[in-house]
Amino acid sequence: MSETPAIEAEGLVKHYGKTKALDGLDLTVGQRTVYGLLGPNGAGKTTAVRVLATLLRPDGGRARVDGHDVVAEAAVVRRIIGLTGQYAALDEYLTGRSNLVMIGRLSRLTTQAATRRADELLERFGLAEAATRAVKTYSGGMRRRLDLAASLIGHPSVLFLDEPTTGLDPTARALMWDIVRELVADGTTLLLTTQYLDEADQLADRIAVIDGGKVIAEGTPTELKVSVGGQRVLLTLAEAGDTAVAVKALQPFAAGSIVPNGSVSEHGSRLLEVPVIATDGLATEVLRALDAAGVGVSDIAVRSASLDDVFLTLTGRAAEAADEDDDKAELAEEAAV
Amino acid sequence: MTATTLSAADLTTGRGSLAQFLNDVWVLTKRSIARIRREPETLSEVTIQPVMFVLMFAYVFGGAIAIPGGGNYHEYLIGGMLGMGLAQTAPGTAVAVVSDMSTGLIDRFRSLPMSRAAVLTARTIADLLTQMIGAAVVAGVGLAIGWRVHTGPADVFEAFALALLFGYAFTWAGVCLGMVLRSPEAAQQTGFIIFLPLTFISSAFVPIQGMLGWLQPIAEWNPMSSLAAACRQLFGNPNPAALVDAWPAQHAELAVVCWSLAMLAVFAPLAVHLYRNKGR
Repeated sequence: MSETPAIEAEGLVKHYGKTKALDGLDLTVGQRTVYGLLGPNGAGKTTAVRVLATLLRPDGGRARVDGHDVVAEAAVVRRIIGLTGQYAALDEYLTGRSNLVMIGRLSRLTTQAATRRADELLERFGLAEAATRAVKTYSGGMRRRLDLAASLIGHPSVLFLDEPTTGLDPTARALMWDIVRELVADGTTLLLTTQYLDEADQLADRIAVIDGGKVIAEGTPTELKVSVGGQRVLLTLAEAGDTAVAVKALQPFAAGSIVPNGSVSEHGSRLLEVPVIATDGLATEVLRALDAAGVGVSDIAVRSASLDDVFLTLTGRAAEAADEDDDKAELAEEAAV
Repeated sequence: MTATTLSAADLTTGRGSLAQFLNDVWVLTKRSIARIRREPETLSEVTIQPVMFVLMFAYVFGGAIAIPGGGNYHEYLIGGMLGMGLAQTAPGTAVAVVSDMSTGLIDRFRSLPMSRAAVLTARTIADLLTQMIGAAVVAGVGLAIGWRVHTGPADVFEAFALALLFGYAFTWAGVCLGMVLRSPEAAQQTGFIIFLPLTFISSAFVPIQGMLGWLQPIAEWNPMSSLAAACRQLFGNPNPAALVDAWPAQHAELAVVCWSLAMLAVFAPLAVHLYRNKGR
């Protein structure tokens, strides 16, 4: 573990007026790993990436990329990193190939090297045929791929991908995931922000869940799921009035708070969701306990916890509901950029 | 997934910072020229518009404008049109800068190990090239309507050099405008609001002597008036400003140089400052 982390952030703070976009963010990303920053809109993901990519100066805290300070040694950091933002940062009027050669030349490659690398990336990302067309004729998925190619042209060892698949259709999204997996196999360190829980689950070695500008949970996808109790038992009670008794009977099994699920009638919900630690014969044990308490059960199901559960448990909000809450913060962030 | 690896020969990092700056400016200037090649209509503000203005002023308003000290209005007009033709590229500069900002392209540039000043310098150089086209168009249409030069090549060269120096300085003002505004539409509108009074409250189209008394000092000190007077003087065209007893009218060439250097000294560092701190 003596190896310098690819990315280190300590207590990063960034204000936009009265909005705290970052509120003491800490991160450590190991070399050659994929790290997911997961959070709703306005959680501070983009601000974090902009600070780490030297585009924003933090109001407090420090950050290093490959051991180089992002403020004091910004010029060095820029030689190491690649950045793909939420919007394809390309010249609409140039061809795909000209865009890549231009970025290559500005990344300190010679014309020959930039041209060679551009052709190689166009081929790899399935853009060879569109290479001589103006970017404004490209589809959304093609733009994202070209944008990613542009951030790779200077052979960065640390790559930032800010919501790489937001707004893409499922096919284009799957293609981006394949490309990201290839990059990882190549040994690039990747910091990926996403608001899609399944994306973080699919791609990341480790995940930081961020909310309100700080990390509220960190670990591997499996660790995070286990922390909220690996599995969920979903129950449909015969009588809605039994809810309170059922909750009491299930308490010994629960690894977190038991939540009524579905519509709540005046007698309470007939549906209950119980986070549990996975054990053998769990469903039978649960049914026995409920039977002993005199609670009738219409239906029972057991499923693995998802990152949605992680998010809900940690923030007390569903990922989607959180989006609306944080719209204001997002607007403030955009206004200041 | 890297098929090729980089060798030292593939990198330009060994070069000095000036060589890097020039490399970056050249790469980005080529980008702007490529854009003009693909969309030649973006040049309309330095091709079609000046032709329209020259023809309208020469044939619609010209007959109603008397020139103190006498002289042909068509010959008078071109010295003023030259300044207008160059200055009106500034809103276009602002629009181009705002567009790059809003697409995130500038963010990408700012994350690259490239010269900080190159992005804006390249923008102004590309616009200087379009201004040269504009100056040639104004001169061409001028010749067609009867404008003539009555001096030597050195004076003509000086006139165009002064006009382009002024136009280049003006471009940096356009860059600053683009850095502080949020949308291309806002840049277009704001540029228009600044640019229109600047050209019209000057001796570009009409002699200052005919303006309202309180407006005259403003017009006399307007850099557009100085540029128009300097060009008229250097071309040997009618120059009623010579009859005006104000320092910029009497020292038109020096006034243009002073105005241009002052604008460069203010707007170029300001533009670079705004660029460095954008979003910080």
